[in-house]
Amino acid sequence: MPAITLIEAVTQALAWEMEHDSRVLVLGEDVGVNGGVFRATAGLRQRFGEDRVFDTPLDETTIAGLTVGLASQGMLPVAEVQFDGFVYPMLDHIISHAARFRFRTRGRLTCPMVLRVPWGGGIRAPEHHSEANEAMFTNVPGLRVVLASSPARAYGLLLAAIRDPDPVIYMEPKRIYRQYKEDVPDDGEALPLDVCFVLRDGSDVTLVTWGAQVKECLEAAEQLASEGISAEVIDVATLKPLDFDTIAESVAKTGRCVIVHEAPGTGGFGAEIAARLAEHSMYDLLAPVERVTGYDTPMPLFRLEMKYLPSVAKIVAAAKRTMA
Amino acid sequence: MTTVASFTIDYRQYLSEDGTPLTDDLPAFARDADAIGATLVPLYKSMLRLRAFDAKAVALQRTGKLGTYASCLGHEAAQVGIGAAMRPEDVLAPSYREYGAQIYRGVKPREILMYWGGDERGNDFSGPKHDYPWCVPIATQCLHAAGAALAFKLRGEKRVAVACVGDGGSSKTDTYAAINSAGAYALPFVQCIINNQWAISVPRSAQTGAQTLAQKGLAGGLHCQQVDGNDLIAVLAVMTEAVERARAGDGGSVIELITYRLSDHTTADDARRYRNDAEVKAAWLREPMPRIKAFLIANGVWSEAEEADWLEQSRAYVEAEVDAYLASTNQPLESMFDFVYGDMPEDLARQKAAALAWERRDG
Repeated sequence: MPAITLIEAVTQALAWEMEHDSRVLVLGEDVGVNGGVFRATAGLRQRFGEDRVFDTPLDETTIAGLTVGLASQGMLPVAEVQFDGFVYPMLDHIISHAARFRFRTRGRLTCPMVLRVPWGGGIRAPEHHSEANEAMFTNVPGLRVVLASSPARAYGLLLAAIRDPDPVIYMEPKRIYRQYKEDVPDDGEALPLDVCFVLRDGSDVTLVTWGAQVKECLEAAEQLASEGISAEVIDVATLKPLDFDTIAESVAKTGRCVIVHEAPGTGGFGAEIAARLAEHSMYDLLAPVERVTGYDTPMPLFRLEMKYLPSVAKIVAAAKRTMA
Repeated sequence: MTTVASFTIDYRQYLSEDGTPLTDDLPAFARDADAIGATLVPLYKSMLRLRAFDAKAVALQRTGKLGTYASCLGHEAAQVGIGAAMRPEDVLAPSYREYGAQIYRGVKPREILMYWGGDERGNDFSGPKHDYPWCVPIATQCLHAAGAALAFKLRGEKRVAVACVGDGGSSKTDTYAAINSAGAYALPFVQCIINNQWAISVPRSAQTGAQTLAQKGLAGGLHCQQVDGNDLIAVLAVMTEAVERARAGDGGSVIELITYRLSDHTTADDARRYRNDAEVKAAWLREPMPRIKAFLIANGVWSEAEEADWLEQSRAYVEAEVDAYLASTNQPLESMFDFVYGDMPEDLARQKAAALAWERRDG
């Protein structure tokens, strides 16, 4: 079995589920013949036909509204928004409707949709193509918010998202779309939602992150190890609903926590985790919680992009501060 | 039963694809050699220089000196015609491709390169201070233009707001909302729909069931017109009429300019994945440059020698602009913080200080 990239894992998961469940649809801009601007849906239209894989007119409101309509009438739409920065017109349908159809109708109508979002910065992209906007979705009751971070987890979590009876915002860090390949058996096995993944065991400090920053945290853990500091790395994966227990158990062991996300710090999802640590893990903590985040500025155009994104050096420095 | 409203959509074209006039009834600026020389020769020169710049920009991206870039190849007549129909005091709300209109209005090529080169200073136009910057969230600029037009109307100013969107963008909620607002408020507003037949990989036919894109303006009560977007004379005539109609308070317009996207969507796209060579070859036969060139030469106001000379001047101009861009250095880190708010809040000032301190420690 050939090793595949994260983007290929997305295609593989879509193809598996479309093969096994005729209700699954793919819609979005350029997803048909073009296979998506990132090639996430490459080959799907040829394989499943234009009634199951189709382009929409150029309008994100249309995509969101049609997706809510499809999902609430028995289909399983997997919609693609072309870039993170284009999701904002969709918020009305996602927040006012997708997230609360079940709630408003006491379960009579539901919205089992998935919105796939190429997410985050670091690819020298034009404006509005590098937004890490996961936090605002986590403040919406009724949504699931999932961040892929590896080919295997992308495959397993996307399958889970499609099978989930509730709306899922499924974010794919475009910076690591083709970063590396790994073996991902095409066996239709979903990974669990609502759980964190402990990617590296450690005893001195817990690094908590998601998305592309998993890469930086694992590199930081290696560097820390070479300096005698043992870092545990947790990929939150499903931000909402949050598996805080895994984080709490880790911090009970290490006593130190560094939360890393590329989104702006104020109101970022790291604040939620830090608040829960203050509530539940205060007596386990040997040092204040550190957050390594993007600044409270718009993502700059790419000449300054790497100054904005959390770096391995910043993560290592934060971890060392907790050890001081 | 009584008909309470009916509509027709007209198409305007003056030049055939080989530059022969289709009618004797040409606009005044195209009727005699003096007028043609004064009005159309400078615009053709702009088109030539634009194409030279555009080709250079694509080359810069291919050699790693520019980020993703959206070429305007094939759109020269449409864009320069739009720019030339406007007055300096009007406001242009472009998408991300209308360099021809922008350069006509004073945006420098080096600013275009700075923008696609990842530097916000590209948006700080030294020329048209009130024009909107390039707009990536599709068609949102249309509502901004409508808002600008509303400001002009409220203040009693004889200024016009012109928005440009593509055939794909004509599907966006914002476009419909701008058209509706322009009609509801009787705004001095012109919505250009530059129909180049492709929205990345999605053809025009998939965007709407409407027969024309121009007719989307009917729903807002606006004047609607289709024009051959590769015919400089037709574009200038139709756009001037639309802009001056708006300025006079006689209502807004939707102008659909028919052209073709001879390039990929951007340098990150490969159009060979979804469109065939035969179609592109046919489109090249309809492109804007040869026909206006033939018309100018036939009227004795242009020559191959002048073109060769101008192309050399254009090449030198473009090189100078590229050199200025390549010589530019990054903005200092402070700039990331300095333009978030009018007055720097304390909270952000601390972040800025911490960022600068890290920068110094990092070396």
